[in-house]
Amino acid sequence: MTGSTSKIGLLTEHTRHEIDSWVARFPEGRQRSAVLSALRFTQEQNQGFLTPDLMEAVAEYLKLPAIQVFEVASFYSMFETHPCGRHHVSVCTNISCMLNGSDEVVAYVEKKLGIKTGESTPDGRIFLKREEECLASCTGAPMMMVDHHFHEHLTPEKIDGVLDALK
Amino acid sequence: MSEDAVNITVDGVPMKARKGEMIIRVTDANDVYVPRFCYHEKLPVAANCRMCLVEVEKAPKPLPACATPVMEGMVIRTKSAKAIAAQRSVMEFLLINHPLDCPICDQGGECELQDLAVGYGRDISRYHERKRVVKDKNLGPLVSTDMTRCIHCTRCVRFGQDVAGIPELGTTGRGEHNEIGTYIEASVNHELSGNIIDLCPVGALNSKPFRYRARSWEMTQQPLVSPHDGLGTNLYGHVRRGRLMRVVPRRNDAINETWISDRDRFSYEGVYSADRLQAPMLRDGDSWKSVDWQTALEAVAQGLQQAPKGGTGFLASASSTVEELTLLSRLARGIGSGNIDHRLRQTDFPAAVTPSLGMAVADVDALQALLVIGANLRHEIPLLASRVRKAAVRGAKVSFLNPERFEYLFPVAQYWVASPAQQLAALQVLVAAARGAAVGSEGVTAEHLQLVDSLKSNERKAIWLGALAQRHPAFGSLRGLAAELAALTGATLGVLAEGANAAGAHLAGAVPDAGALNAGQMLTTSLHSYVLLGVEPQADSLVASAAAAVAGARFVVALTPYASDELKAVATIMLPIGSFAETSGTYVSLEGRWQSFAGAAQPVGESRPAWKVLRVLGNLLGLQGFAQSASEEVLAEARALADGAAPQAVPQGGGVAAIAADAVVTDVPLYQIDALVRRAPALQATRDGMQAPQGAQGAA
Repeated sequence: MTGSTSKIGLLTEHTRHEIDSWVARFPEGRQRSAVLSALRFTQEQNQGFLTPDLMEAVAEYLKLPAIQVFEVASFYSMFETHPCGRHHVSVCTNISCMLNGSDEVVAYVEKKLGIKTGESTPDGRIFLKREEECLASCTGAPMMMVDHHFHEHLTPEKIDGVLDALK
Repeated sequence: MSEDAVNITVDGVPMKARKGEMIIRVTDANDVYVPRFCYHEKLPVAANCRMCLVEVEKAPKPLPACATPVMEGMVIRTKSAKAIAAQRSVMEFLLINHPLDCPICDQGGECELQDLAVGYGRDISRYHERKRVVKDKNLGPLVSTDMTRCIHCTRCVRFGQDVAGIPELGTTGRGEHNEIGTYIEASVNHELSGNIIDLCPVGALNSKPFRYRARSWEMTQQPLVSPHDGLGTNLYGHVRRGRLMRVVPRRNDAINETWISDRDRFSYEGVYSADRLQAPMLRDGDSWKSVDWQTALEAVAQGLQQAPKGGTGFLASASSTVEELTLLSRLARGIGSGNIDHRLRQTDFPAAVTPSLGMAVADVDALQALLVIGANLRHEIPLLASRVRKAAVRGAKVSFLNPERFEYLFPVAQYWVASPAQQLAALQVLVAAARGAAVGSEGVTAEHLQLVDSLKSNERKAIWLGALAQRHPAFGSLRGLAAELAALTGATLGVLAEGANAAGAHLAGAVPDAGALNAGQMLTTSLHSYVLLGVEPQADSLVASAAAAVAGARFVVALTPYASDELKAVATIMLPIGSFAETSGTYVSLEGRWQSFAGAAQPVGESRPAWKVLRVLGNLLGLQGFAQSASEEVLAEARALADGAAPQAVPQGGGVAAIAADAVVTDVPLYQIDALVRRAPALQATRDGMQAPQGAQGAA
């Protein structure tokens, strides 16, 4: 529709393969249903965030208007549409975690990484995404989520272990 | 039918409804008002504003009237305490983030939110927190944005998706951060984009050229008809103190529904172009002097009397009114000249047949098969293309036989790119296939057969010849073949001529007499004198030497709203006439609909409606039939003439003229088609306008 050159080449072989497998799970012509999965692999391919070019590439690959991909990418919190670190860390500060000292966890993480919540480390390693609302892990409070994995009963030592292990 | 009907009760009044119909459609049809923002009759239902909540008996909560289908025995209350409370609450939510800037908002006075806030809002807001602010988007030169005012009804989004077929706007972000936009800054490029201005219930999307020009309550609303294409689109001109301030749609479900094209909406800017001719002008060597009307008209009469019989060429714009063309034609014949034409961009002139769509515009939606020959349909008649889109989305097989590839935002069955010579050849094969030739014989391929089959096997089908077909170097052969194919397949033949009044021009006699000169001949060899009605010979024709031919004449009268450089170079006398908004008149649309309108705006300077100028001229020349005192009298005469004329049919066959293999057909850019749009700055600033510089010649 833009008449510009194709951007499909921006998607890696692996990403395209994954998208194909998701498109195949929906009825013919319902490839719009695969947008969410397509974006997930595309973000992964790009070390943790999406660019307008990549989103347009996904749209082109799925034969959708670009805006329909932008809509999804900007709606869901697991997609980053601005450059950020590779590993996404968010600490839960909802009630159970708060009562169990999540404020100190946030302060410790921020101090350790030298960044504020919402920022990325200068080496692009870690993105301290946001203070998360309840992730339904209250029995393990305080907790944080690192790249979609839960880490519970946090202590300074445990946090060091988890964050230092991130490459 | 009766099985589909259900009985419901709305506010205690029993009503009949169609099974499965949404409540709001029933209440609208029965004049029961339910407030709404996101619901729009011509768009799919979204049910996201929640303003139309009504109480339905046995339902635990109020239900949205726009998305709740009626059921047998349903009892609906639109004004019960529960319904009103729900509507008031929704209103309160909507107003949380809506700025209180009505005094500086262009929508003020014609705002659905403002109106409903009066009915359902509180006097004082309970909300004391900060309101959100949304960054404005740049959607191009036609639509202004104030996105903070947006209430997320998504009408504009749905218009793009379902009517225009070009989803560029969407809702990005979530919750409080939800915004309408294009995400990446992009202008909205579509020939119908201006309709989102009308659709927007608040002041988020407004007309950029009209921004801060006038308040809605200062203007009067005058009915007009589009002067740009033969669809006969109904318009309202909004006029303040005699000046046309803007143009908006006038709903007519049989023609344009609630839409108008951008060309219809924004061309009014051209009415007040800087080169408007203010007074009659007489050439004085190389300079021009203003004269009074009397002097000018006497000079014209004198000049025309000096021309030899048949030595005067009359060229009229195809967007002139029936009244103007009737009088011009009478004038031409009165002074013994049959050289009169309005088909300025045509190159081949077969027997003149009044152009016609051959069917009602509203029936286009229901077409099942359509073959379009030589038409850039979205540019030629945007709203007709939108109706074809509706048919195609419903499954109609739409095929094109065009000299170049144009983008259509709907499923196209077959698209054949063919040079003019190839178009003739392809049509010949199609005719052979329709006569029963099998694949392999006479050049018939499976594709030819498929197309012919789609036309033969469906019930509602048509073949159209567009403007590019009429500019075809062998239009006569093309038309003959198309007519033959139509007859063989049972399809309706439509000839979609350019201009708002091409059909009217034929009926009013603005076509040459037998043996007289047609537009092509008049523009290639110089005559003794010319009379130009709303025509700029070079810009309005495709003849390379048009200006030179006219300049070679001894005497050239230009009846024109504009003193363009081109006319200044060729004319002897320029007479200022009113534009489409400044004269009363009638257009005959391609479906044969006669639509009259009264002058909406005051003529600029000393300009006069052209029919009056022609009438006085006829009297000065001592001719018969120029005694009318009102345009209605001229119309009645034209109507009587048209009604008395024998119905014409497009002749079939007639052989195929030989044309050069490298012959080309020129596509005229969307915003270059007539003098008015060429002078509308906002349209020229759009992508379509920019890609088409003055005098640009499209590729073949």
